[in-house]
This record gives sequence, structure tokens and C-alpha cells, in this order.
Amino acid sequence: MKTDIQYTVFDETSAYCLKDLCRLCRVHAQFIHDLIDEGILSPQGTDPRDWRFGAVEIKRIEISVRLQKDLHINLAGAALALDLLEEIEELRSSRSLLEQFHSLEKRD
Amino acid sequence: MEFKDYYAILGIEHNATQDEVKRAYRKLARKYHPDINKAADAEQRFKEIGEAYEVLQDIEKRAAYDKFGTNWQAGEEFKPPPDWDTGFEFQGGGYTQADASQFSDFFESLFGGRSEFSHRESFEEHPSFYGRGQDLHAKIIISLEDSFHGSKQTLTLQRPSVDAHGHVFTSPHTLQVTIPKGVTEGQRIRLEGQGGSGRGKGANGDLYLEITLALHPYFTVDKRDLMLTLPITPWEAALGATVQVPTLGGTVELKIPPNAQTGKKMRLKGRGLCSAKVSGDQYVTLAIMTPRPKSSEDRELYRKMAEAMPFNPRRHLGVTA
Repeated sequence: MKTDIQYTVFDETSAYCLKDLCRLCRVHAQFIHDLIDEGILSPQGTDPRDWRFGAVEIKRIEISVRLQKDLHINLAGAALALDLLEEIEELRSSRSLLEQFHSLEKRD
Repeated sequence: MEFKDYYAILGIEHNATQDEVKRAYRKLARKYHPDINKAADAEQRFKEIGEAYEVLQDIEKRAAYDKFGTNWQAGEEFKPPPDWDTGFEFQGGGYTQADASQFSDFFESLFGGRSEFSHRESFEEHPSFYGRGQDLHAKIIISLEDSFHGSKQTLTLQRPSVDAHGHVFTSPHTLQVTIPKGVTEGQRIRLEGQGGSGRGKGANGDLYLEITLALHPYFTVDKRDLMLTLPITPWEAALGATVQVPTLGGTVELKIPPNAQTGKKMRLKGRGLCSAKVSGDQYVTLAIMTPRPKSSEDRELYRKMAEAMPFNPRRHLGVTA
């Protein structure tokens, strides 16, 4: 068992160039271009050489890959699913706050 | 090994047509896809559905599977009879795009032994013999306390390796990893060189851990911020008070201003999930709890308040009483 393992944390402060992103997500640069065209990714910077992607984009790429592969959804469909999933996530977290609130009634 | 009832998994009859098999699969795959369904068992269900479809969508594999008939119950101890597959050829395509390495031992024992397909996808990116090892991905569930303070976690992973003859095998591998403080939901940690072994002089792949935060009995999480609903009394709300609030770093005191109402949100700066670079806050939402009158004296006190402090909280609704 080893304890000194080198690690890198990817959080909201991490930024990747196109090349890093392709390696990290195991996809081709063309796929990233397609995702940008579909509005799934929105990198900072105008020229592809200056593009910088945030850590949250990794998740969007991975979900797009899986939805395409597992459910045969095209990119427009994946974009819609991603938007809806984000909305569901927000609703879930506000619902859990409301539930906290309602559970107070029973506790008194 | 347990017998798997592929028809029951897809929720179809034994005489279902190939079209019905496909429809049932697609519907269930959408429902249980782990990116869409957040239930804890969704991933497991999705794999089972994929495995069932892998067998039933192919007429030959389905016919072979059907030879076991309906005598078997799901979960029953199962061993395939010798030569059960005589007369069937599975090499001729018919496999779906699914990642067969995810399938069960039951599947493996029936359809997996003869060909290399079960791991065929694993190394397609690095076809040369001397190659960098595969990157591995795993999920890890940690408590909010562990995220807040940072923690050491012991993980056991199945790590694929390649032997001298080029065959892929997996072996359990135990790692102790330090999870730094302030990791949040969905975040990745890359452990360099902890993925699959490289072939020849190739370097090892990396291991990516994806963080999932466990539910907490009273805190909820929004990115780096923690949310807590804090019950207070009517007199604390009306007069103002200093009350105790739990945080992940221990109890702190919070000053409630006079005239506070239910729903008022207060911020405890820097009490959320803080990493070395980014900090989060704890938000406290006040909720006034009205004590139940337990005696006639209690009820008399309420009546006195009603007389001394007339109040219509429904005025904005256009009602007068």
C-alpha cells in the first residue's frame, strides 16, 4: 500500500486548453468543435489556440459521449438533455431545502 | 453463479418479438441511464438491461439462452451444462456496442469464454504493443465532514493488466489516497500512474476519482455552499438574540437581528466547503417555530398578545381579518 501518490485536483479554478481537454476526456478535437457549435461547451477566448475550458465542461463532454453511445442521441438531443438535467438539479436542491422546512412541522 | 432471467430484466414475455425486445430495451435504457436517473441502483440496473439486451437482441444468442427454458429462477445457483452451446456460433457479429467487460459472470460463462471480444475495446486507443496503460475512472462517495476537513480514504479497485502473452486480466489493488479538503460534488482528482499498467516500457495510466458527496442529516450543499434551516422562537425573532448554529467546523454563535422573519437568509462567511484556493459559505435560513400552548396559562399568554398587539399578516392578500 502506497501513501505518497501524486495527485491533481480539478476544480472550478482549473482551466484547460483544447489538447488537455481531448486527452482528459479521450475525444477528438473535432468532437469538441461539434459540441461548441451545438452550444454544449462555451470556452473562453475566440481563437481555438486560446480556448480555455473549465472543469465543469469535462462533465458536459462525458455526459454527451455517454448519451450518444448508450442511447443513440444526437448532439442536439444531448444539448437538450444536458439543459434539462441542469434544471432538474436546481429544482432538486431547492426542493430539498423546502423539505427541510416542512420537516420542522413534524419535529415540534 | 446466479442464473439471470433476461426476460424479466427487460420486463417482456418469452415469446416477445425482436421488435418488442428492442422497444423494451430502449425504454428502460432511457429510464435507468445513470446520467439521468440519480437512484443509487440505476447504474447496476442499466448494466443488467444492457446485458439482457446483448443476449436477446441477437437471434442466435437468444436461441441458445432459451434452451435453458423457463425452469430457472433468477438468482438460482447456476452452472451451464457441458456442451450446452453445441451448434451455435457466436463469432459472427451481432454484438452491440456495449462495453462487455461490464457484464456479469453469468454472461461471461455463457458467451464470453471463446472470443476476445470482452476486452476488445479496452486498448483500442493504444494498439501498439508498447503502450501507455489505460486511464481508469472510479467514483468515490465521501461525507461532508470528510470534504470539510480533508481525509484519507482506502480504495480497492479492479485494475486491468496485460500478461506476457498479451492477455488482459484484472486484479484487486488497494490504495490509500489523501482527499484534500474542499472537494465538491462531481469534482475530479487525478492520481498519476495509478491506472492500468503500461505494456512493455509504456508508462502506467492515471486513475481519475469522481467525488460524490453523501447526504447529510441536516446540511444540504450547493456547489461550495452549505445550507441549513435554523428553527428559532418567536421572541428570538422579535427581540433579536444570539443563538448557537452547528457548522461542519463546530458550533458557532449567530446574532439574529430584531424583527427577523421566517425565510430570512443569513451568511456565515467561509464556513462552507473551502479548498486551498476557493472558499464557500454556510447559509442559514431562519424558520420561526411557534410553541404549542400546553396549559391554560399558556393559552392566556397568547390571548394577551393578541389583545396587546393586533396584527393582520394577511393584509397583502386583500382580506381584513
